[in-house]
Amino acid sequence: MLNASLKELSTELSQRKISSVELTKLFLARIDALNGKLNAFITIDAEKTLAQARTADARIAKGAAQALTGIPVAHKDIFVARDWLTTCGSKILSNFIGPYDAHLIERFNGAGAVLLGKTNMDEFAMGSSSESSFYGPVKNPWDPDRVPGGSSGGSAAAVAARMAPAATGTDTGGSIRQPAALSGVCGLKPTYGLVSRYGMIAFASSLDQAGPFAKSAEDLALLLNVIAGFDPRDSTSIEREPEDYTRELDKPLSGLRVGVPKEHFGEGLAADVGKAVEAALAHLEKLGAKRVPIELPNSSLSVPAYYVIAPAEASSNLSRFDGARYGYRAKDYKDLADMYRRTRAEGFGAEVRRRILIGTYVLSHGYYDAYYLKAQKVRRLIANDFAEAFKRCDIVVGPTSPTVAFKIGAKTSDPVQMYLNDIYTIPANLAGLPAASIPCGFGAGGLPVGLHLVGNYFAEAKLLNVAHQYQKSTDWHRREPEGLKS
Amino acid sequence: MSWEIVIGLETHAQLSTASKMFSGGSTAFGAPPNTQANAVDIALPGVLPVVNRGAVERAIRFGLAVGGEKVINRRSIFARKNYFYPDLPKGYQISQFELPIVKGGEIPIVSPTRGEIKIRLTRAHLEEDAGKSLHEAFHNMSGIDLNRAGVPLLEIVSEPDMRSAEEAVAYAKTLHSLVRWIGICDGNMQEGSFRCDANVSVRRPGAPLGTRAEIKNLNSFRFLERAIEFEVKRQIEILEGGGKITQETRLYDTDRDETRSMRSKEDAQDYRYFPDPDLLPLEVSDEWIEEIRAKLPELPEAKRKEFINLGISPAQANLLTSSFQIANYASLMFGGANKTNAPVFANWISGPLSSKLNEANLDISETQVSAGQLRRLADRVEDGTLSGKMAKEVFDAMWAGEGTADEIIEKRGLKQISDTGTIEKIVDEVLAANAKQVEDYRAGKDKAFNSLVGQVMKATKGKANPAQVNEILKRKLAS
Repeated sequence: MLNASLKELSTELSQRKISSVELTKLFLARIDALNGKLNAFITIDAEKTLAQARTADARIAKGAAQALTGIPVAHKDIFVARDWLTTCGSKILSNFIGPYDAHLIERFNGAGAVLLGKTNMDEFAMGSSSESSFYGPVKNPWDPDRVPGGSSGGSAAAVAARMAPAATGTDTGGSIRQPAALSGVCGLKPTYGLVSRYGMIAFASSLDQAGPFAKSAEDLALLLNVIAGFDPRDSTSIEREPEDYTRELDKPLSGLRVGVPKEHFGEGLAADVGKAVEAALAHLEKLGAKRVPIELPNSSLSVPAYYVIAPAEASSNLSRFDGARYGYRAKDYKDLADMYRRTRAEGFGAEVRRRILIGTYVLSHGYYDAYYLKAQKVRRLIANDFAEAFKRCDIVVGPTSPTVAFKIGAKTSDPVQMYLNDIYTIPANLAGLPAASIPCGFGAGGLPVGLHLVGNYFAEAKLLNVAHQYQKSTDWHRREPEGLKS
Repeated sequence: MSWEIVIGLETHAQLSTASKMFSGGSTAFGAPPNTQANAVDIALPGVLPVVNRGAVERAIRFGLAVGGEKVINRRSIFARKNYFYPDLPKGYQISQFELPIVKGGEIPIVSPTRGEIKIRLTRAHLEEDAGKSLHEAFHNMSGIDLNRAGVPLLEIVSEPDMRSAEEAVAYAKTLHSLVRWIGICDGNMQEGSFRCDANVSVRRPGAPLGTRAEIKNLNSFRFLERAIEFEVKRQIEILEGGGKITQETRLYDTDRDETRSMRSKEDAQDYRYFPDPDLLPLEVSDEWIEEIRAKLPELPEAKRKEFINLGISPAQANLLTSSFQIANYASLMFGGANKTNAPVFANWISGPLSSKLNEANLDISETQVSAGQLRRLADRVEDGTLSGKMAKEVFDAMWAGEGTADEIIEKRGLKQISDTGTIEKIVDEVLAANAKQVEDYRAGKDKAFNSLVGQVMKATKGKANPAQVNEILKRKLAS
């Protein structure tokens, strides 16, 4: 049951072979057994979770179930949930109980899903390893000495270790796809604006996008069906006809033009990762796809541009955490300025402080044009690169991350090395394009490798179609970490 | 050598929307602290701003009133102004920086010294208000009231076109009247709905602009005038003493009637403006502008000219266009009037009606005598039914609610005696009974004539038409 797909779980539930309460208890037990080791969850509240499971059972009994009714789902602790501690992985929100539900939480509640728990993450989603959390690092289920990727590492690890059948995350520069790759699960970052940001604690507003984690592309499609859609409370949410993201899953791939950017296969890509990705490309060709060499000439500018734009927005977005109205406030302070200083120095971790400083600097008088404005221009160039590429191909495919999961602590002292983890994923955020990562093999040390798929705007159904066809004829996505076998 | 005073004003007009600039929170004034601050207003984690369409519509209305559609930017950008203060919950204020919704425009004013001039506007932009810090009520602590946080403001920035404190006040009053006229702001200055910052400098005529000081938050016309006057005097004294003006922000202390330095330019914060990524560029369509234009009332300047063309003096025309309601009242009363009677009608509004309204501290919308009723009364004077003195009595009765002019005339028997035969008969009786005065008059004593008029009026209990009495008396005495 812990390994079942969402579709299978839904069938089991609707046929009353198992109740939501029983299913939820199974996962709660699994969390109980493994969380001490993996630290994937910040908050578990069995009582609240089971109450929701009971409600779901009543709904199923009435015959009013939807696809996800009764299925437990873990949520990244960046989503505000009513009556749930919502920390964003930070000390500064370590006492913050959500007074309302984020749009994404509302959607899952409406679908009858059960909130299984709040997952661990890099503080304020700033990181690629889930080590910067106030609640301690998340461990990779494939090797607890290694990171699961980040910032949504808790969600990735929870699905990888079968502590949750599905989970949610947010992706600002790769925070869904990179942990999905490093933890051997599937993750999708939708087109910017497809999922409302209301109730998702902002890191970099123009880049942040929520998305699902699951064991398969088919599951991702079912989850996306729940969370996608217009929300008037988010001005960047896009109003468009709802889609069924499962509708193209079974389309054959014959004639599909797969764009392979040469810039994502050069220096910096580890050989083991390159080998697995090459094999996956060959497999797609076997399925009828055509390989098209493409160029993304401004790729190399994406990391520098990102590390101007994201910190700039973050420096402003995080100003509200000042100790005045909610959250942590320093104990002793002389005056107002001292209260701000101490509260923020004590409440934020090193990486968050670093990014606030960078962001404040690049927005400062006299530097704005040289950094922020320039970075925005680069952003346009990167979007143009993709626009050109999509004239010649239907989907862009490459590695999600240059390496497999690295050791905990290996990159914490070298932020630039850490930032380069997202070199392949950041361009999709800068351009606002949908992108996914799915398992495509194993590299050194038996650690998972992720295949990165980028689609054109709103081409989620196409992305999921390619991923599903790949998964129908491979079994990488079914592999489970040795030693944690469910 | 004399000094030239240079003044520019930045005015914050609170837009009269029911909800806030970026949230559904209520804008009603006077609620208990923090009862009108919702999740967005207090900046909970995860909440997002959504632009209030009504506020944008009001900004467009303003743009149309000061410059027409050409001054309205079809695309404007909301930007974040970053600074820390407890009454600023997000740590930034959403405003418009590089691309405001209104660029340019002008306000015609009547300057006490220069007559009719135009004050150019630099821009007008939308922004949200901050909350309020309460320092007095709590021992050693400050209270924060976020009810006002997020209230929509239109910041209207003028060019440095004013040359005296009186001119600045004339501009502020005209602007104040305009924003109420077009229904975008209630203009309540006590509640802070309309407040000015004044940029003041002095220079030798013809010299480049001097260094300016900005006086913040002036919420009455009197304070505006006093603060500028003080500041001008202060600057001239410094310059004449060989000193230099430092660019700074100053506060006007109403108790001591002086301005005080708040912070100098060197301490000025770097607000790190950048486009708000939570909000898309604000796009305004030509169709929407046209829709708003079609519903815009006739503007005060056009009304003023209309009144002047009716023979009303410029000063009185200003008074009659000081608010949309007064102008509307006047227009209703003037229906079909010409250059001869319109000024007489206008006197009824600026005279008796205004006194009554002032006495009772009422707005013209609360008048006891409608425009139609007042016109009917004025007509009764025009047609000779009432003398001026009688009309005043009727007006008082009308104000007291005793009925229409005609009802009161009827009830009180106030009808003027205009029948020549009747008056002649009384005149004859008076002349016969006052031989001495007749003799005096004929001997050249003009005073005797007034006495005879008085006798006739007394005999008719004041109802005889005075003009007719004069005419008949003169004719009879001459024969």
